[in-house]
Amino acid sequence: MVGASATAALAAVPQATGAAPMMGGAPMTGGGPAGTDRPVLAKVSLTVNGQRRDLELDTRTSLLDAAREHLHLTGSKKGCDHGQCGACTMIVDGRRINACLTLAVMHQGSQITTIEGLGQPESLHPMQAAFIKHDGYQCGYCTPGQICSGVAVLAEIEAGIPSHVTADLNAPMQASPAEIRERMSGNICRCGAYSNIVDAMTDVAGKQA
Amino acid sequence: MKSFTYERPSSPAEAAAAVSRTPNAKFIAGGTNLLDLMKLQIETPTHLVDVNGLGLDAIAATPEGGLRVGALVRNTDLAADARVRRDYAVLSRALLAGASGQLRNKATTAGNLLQRTRCPYFYDTAQACNKRQPGSGCSALDGVSRQLAVIGASDACIATHPGDMAVAMRVLDATVETVDAKGGQRRIPIAEFHRLPGDRPEVDTTLAPGELITAVTLPKPLGGTHIYRKVRDRASYAYALVSVAAVVQPDGTGRAAFGGVAHKPWRVEAAEAEMARGAKAVTAQAFAGAKPTHDNAYKLKLAERTLGAALTEARA
Repeated sequence: MVGASATAALAAVPQATGAAPMMGGAPMTGGGPAGTDRPVLAKVSLTVNGQRRDLELDTRTSLLDAAREHLHLTGSKKGCDHGQCGACTMIVDGRRINACLTLAVMHQGSQITTIEGLGQPESLHPMQAAFIKHDGYQCGYCTPGQICSGVAVLAEIEAGIPSHVTADLNAPMQASPAEIRERMSGNICRCGAYSNIVDAMTDVAGKQA
Repeated sequence: MKSFTYERPSSPAEAAAAVSRTPNAKFIAGGTNLLDLMKLQIETPTHLVDVNGLGLDAIAATPEGGLRVGALVRNTDLAADARVRRDYAVLSRALLAGASGQLRNKATTAGNLLQRTRCPYFYDTAQACNKRQPGSGCSALDGVSRQLAVIGASDACIATHPGDMAVAMRVLDATVETVDAKGGQRRIPIAEFHRLPGDRPEVDTTLAPGELITAVTLPKPLGGTHIYRKVRDRASYAYALVSVAAVVQPDGTGRAAFGGVAHKPWRVEAAEAEMARGAKAVTAQAFAGAKPTHDNAYKLKLAERTLGAALTEARA
């Protein structure tokens, strides 16, 4: 999951006093900004949607905020910011994760796919096309996360990763509606487009099979 | 979130040393619980030691016929491992009953064991909580407690261990392997890994400061039928109200551990002698001395019925 560069020892040090943002112009005192509201900076290189991106970030920056605020990839959404809603779902090193619950600096060398990297308006990913065909959204806020999660779920089924509703842990998996519903439980849709999302994913799964 | 410095050490002993020598430092692996708590300033480490690059992510057979699961093996990978599915199905089932797909892809074996034992008042920084702020009191005692502990609790804390994986680890008699700052190694039986709250509810485990989990070892397979049955408020992505991890042999004997009922996975080995006589006999003994609140007394009956359902499933 990590590149060779990530295994080398690395330390993020407090930002030099003079360069730190200061409250009311007061100079920073004491042993550096750790434990305060002032930033500690660190460098990280990510590959986002096939492009290498070199960033210097506050160590507190989530992968989600790095994408949205620093790379201006605003397709991934911030819903709860606590891993409960799934609106921030990205595919990192081939797996879907909550980008709000991981630090950008922990992803040195990672391969990251956001909704922008799955497809564009003129070249939709099959899952994006299926969401449109089946009306798999209303307001659209959760949709980038739903689609990233949906693509990864079908890959997980294909790879034989079982779920809570898999009857036989040792038999091949099926992309049944029950499996899709269970596996998508980390993606909340307040508009309630769930049944259409299941239809969209079932459609794509059928075409893949 | 309070700011923090960050480092990636290159060996487990170096990681343990880094946390030991730095005041208010913490290990970070998957980060799914720690970062959540840091955002709320319930956890405020000033230094994070990232253990993801330490190569602790293999699952290997042991000479004793069991499995050694690296601390950094992701929950998804542990649940999907062919040997775990075949020989330790209760563990696969417990993992798959926990969290969401996204979280299982990130959460690690050691991190799952180290997720904070918690309750809604622990998360609410406007309320007193002895676990979050020792000595501040327990809001849950007179608060809403239907999710909370029915046994092993104290006047200081009635939080429940929220995990599913640890309940299965407990029924399998897993062993937690650690390394400390000086490179010293220790093996902790899972039964002794999580603590009851007593008068120090802020301490969830028996790990020493700076002690790093390197692996969890499973003894050789038990055989039998493996069942993990979880009762919750919704069908997916919710904590257990009560869960049962059971391994039942063809002659009706077996083992059972309970989740959602105490500050740690709850297993009373002496009660398992009653397994062949049925769930009521087992839970009468396993929950002897229980002190439920007004809100959560239902859990005692639910534990009996959930074990009963597991035993019925095992006989089917």
